[in-house]
Amino acid sequence: MHVMRCLFFLLAGVYSQWAFATLPIQHWQASSGARVFFVESRELPILDVSVDFSAGSSTDTREKSGRAGMTLYLSSLGAGGLTEDQISKALADVGAQLGAHFDEDRAGLTLRTLSSARERGRALDILGRVVQHPAFDINVLEREKVRVVAGLREADTKPDNIADRTLMKMLYGNHPYGLRGSGEIDSVSALQREDLVDLHRSRYSAADAVVSIMGDVSRAEAAAIAESLTKELVQEKPVYNLLEVTAPIADTKRISHPATQSHIQLAYPGLRRDDPDYFPLLVGNHILGGGGFTSRLMEEIRRKRGLAYSVHSHFSPLREQGPFEIGLQTQKEQSEEALALTRKILADFVAGGPTEEELAAAKQNIIGSFPLRIDSNRKIISYLAMIGFYKLPLTYLDDYVKAVAKVTVSQVSEAFRRRIDPMGMVAVVVGAESKK
Amino acid sequence: MQKVFGGSVGHSVKLKNGEPVAGFRMTSCRRATALSSAVRAAAMILVSLAFSFSGGAFANTHEYTLGNGLKLIVKEDHRSPVVISQIWYKAGSIDEVNGVTGVAHVLEHMMFKGTEKVPGGEFSTRIAAAGGRENAFTSRDYTAYYQQLHKSRLPLAMELESDRMRNLVLTEEDFAQEIKVVMEERRLRTDDQPRALVHEKMMATAYQSHPYRHPVVGWMNDLENMSVHDAQAWYDRWYVPNNAVLVVVGDVNPQQVFVLARKYYGHIKSGKVLPLDKRKPQAEPSQLGTKRLTVKAPARLPYLAMAYHAPALRNPDTDWEPYALEMLAGVLDGNESARLNKELVREQRIASSAGASYDSTARGPGMFYLDGTPSEGKTASELETALRAEVEKLVRDGVTAEELARVKAQVVASHVFQLDSMSFQAMQIGQLESIGLSYRDEDTILRKLQAVTAEQVRDVAKKYLRDESLTVAVLDPQPLEQKAPAAAPAGLRH
Repeated sequence: MHVMRCLFFLLAGVYSQWAFATLPIQHWQASSGARVFFVESRELPILDVSVDFSAGSSTDTREKSGRAGMTLYLSSLGAGGLTEDQISKALADVGAQLGAHFDEDRAGLTLRTLSSARERGRALDILGRVVQHPAFDINVLEREKVRVVAGLREADTKPDNIADRTLMKMLYGNHPYGLRGSGEIDSVSALQREDLVDLHRSRYSAADAVVSIMGDVSRAEAAAIAESLTKELVQEKPVYNLLEVTAPIADTKRISHPATQSHIQLAYPGLRRDDPDYFPLLVGNHILGGGGFTSRLMEEIRRKRGLAYSVHSHFSPLREQGPFEIGLQTQKEQSEEALALTRKILADFVAGGPTEEELAAAKQNIIGSFPLRIDSNRKIISYLAMIGFYKLPLTYLDDYVKAVAKVTVSQVSEAFRRRIDPMGMVAVVVGAESKK
Repeated sequence: MQKVFGGSVGHSVKLKNGEPVAGFRMTSCRRATALSSAVRAAAMILVSLAFSFSGGAFANTHEYTLGNGLKLIVKEDHRSPVVISQIWYKAGSIDEVNGVTGVAHVLEHMMFKGTEKVPGGEFSTRIAAAGGRENAFTSRDYTAYYQQLHKSRLPLAMELESDRMRNLVLTEEDFAQEIKVVMEERRLRTDDQPRALVHEKMMATAYQSHPYRHPVVGWMNDLENMSVHDAQAWYDRWYVPNNAVLVVVGDVNPQQVFVLARKYYGHIKSGKVLPLDKRKPQAEPSQLGTKRLTVKAPARLPYLAMAYHAPALRNPDTDWEPYALEMLAGVLDGNESARLNKELVREQRIASSAGASYDSTARGPGMFYLDGTPSEGKTASELETALRAEVEKLVRDGVTAEELARVKAQVVASHVFQLDSMSFQAMQIGQLESIGLSYRDEDTILRKLQAVTAEQVRDVAKKYLRDESLTVAVLDPQPLEQKAPAAAPAGLRH
């Protein structure tokens, strides 16, 4: 399954009449070499912490597909001298929540705890062990392999999963972005403890770690937390050489499935995190299919024709080109009609670009909704982790606003024409209507 | 464990990569299938107790009632310059009658079709232009609509929402398109989701007469035969200010919100509508023995769900059983080290996943659920035996003080964590108010949960987890090559 990508952050800025303080991000380097990003907020007695590494599914190979996901998952199932049961109990006893973030680029552990000294201390102690000293117990690994394989067998019966997996293989070919994060049945079955140990040793490095801290602690406390979470990690900087993404071979696959609906997905290589076309493509996509009820796809496919409940397009920016995807589900008998219409809406948009009115409306929405994007600690720590991981400027949020405001119709048109080839898309229809 | 029972369906769902519009179980009918991917499992999605209570101190919460009966509840949260405005109508699928199941949800979709003043899709266009987000959801007990925006745009949200409370224009043409969207929604979320089908059919079996036996989205045949007049009748009957609660949470001044609400909603005439306590109770006749059903659908793994009739919360001050049942669910499945995961998944390895849930807050009767996926090579029947053994052990030996303290610690912490989300706070208020309780009960509920004893947990397990009131549903997985009769009865399709 391909998802679990980083949430797609459509950051935005400020209406000029609304005065917001810039998010006060403090940044420093821990003695371990880890980079630390911190926002102090005393309004709620909550502390959120995350530790991220370049250890996502793109570190997998076809033979070891699923290794990165398993490494992250197993790290909380026994670590630093504690069994999985001791870890679960210790966290539950203080009401703390341990979570994870996993995508093609990134593997990260997240912790949410009450900020009171006892609760915070116990929860952080567990996080420190999980991040730095996972046991990768063989017995636990064997059990989880069986569970994961069962889950994969189940997933392989579901039309959305079949579509997603097929589409990413078509889009990325041999590039590791085409590998399913959870792996394949045979590759997961073959995983050994050494595989996980190796990945942890090479990729969970302090030199590459990003520690994000948000909430009810002081700067000095945050500094101590960052030290304690990373000081026992290896310090050598990992070497990574992720291939560039190349254009796919245009193709449409139709796969039969007994479901009543067809799942239709189209894709093309999209955005890098540091992409020069980032803003024109993002704003353009808002108009095409990213902007909820007001997008062109929604208008034509859902509102005017009732062909689908959900239809959307989105870019998922990654270190290399993440996917640009369009997806919808429709009653099997009308899947070809819906696919043709989707292709036409895309082709028209790429050929003609947006109107001035559409662009103005998109900007109003993206810029105007800015405050909603940072209205909770949970949202803010996600941004900290993303800014830190991709080495984006600390002023990223403010810059975003200005960049969106500057996007022009001709920039959107030109960027879409240059970057998205409607005839070159890979497409998959799962649950294609069977030939009568 | 996420639950779908009594879940709601909405105007729209973002299937991927979207920020959850309102991240609670209320907005989704899609069950979190823990094993659908390893990565999903790796995410260890937040340990979530089934508790729907939060909010706590209501010192900064203010209640008003307009002359027309509209109740307004304002909760101040000044952390961010934003606001969420939700209107809750006390009308859900529980109020539907045979032949028009799903109409509450269909009307919810139609509410975006425009009024004379704000025609077509202009509602959404104007909210979007104001930098707002909006959506709606329908559940068994209520239907709600919301906008999230910068606080300066609250008047716009109120202007548009109050306009469609009484001035909606329903046309044959719009209805003809939208009913197709709703049928696609049903296909997406139920017909093609084996586990959702299991739950739908389990509810239809567990309840013999109570309207909770009908799915919120409605039966397909009812959708196919629904007309714009059904939607109109529903709208006319329920969409009046004295059947609604307006909840506003955010960086606002309560008095100013009241003035705004009076300005936009105050002129709307109240209607003849039955208050909750005057509606037919339709109490379920007692079940006199275990019911069993099998659902055949395309899948790989079997799946087992068990439902026991149980009480729901009626009087927060004097009830005790619903609180004990919440704790029971927590002891069984409140965290990774809770009994079902520890025993059945980690130690005995008889299940790939196993869960328990209970929701005390509902207008209708309550239900306590156990469910799980057998491990490869194990059967649903073996899993059922193992789940029953856990229940028997609990009834026999009780729960430990340590287990109970752990669940209570989680209750306290999740209560605090929920304060990080304005929409969650608004949800808490709206839910309690729309089922006939008060937002003020939040504190009572929290306090009473803390007071539950180990004996009480054991007592409710013994009293309610009995064969006489049990329904067992099993998914019998079918190979993909074969047509699935349950999922696609030919006669129901166009």
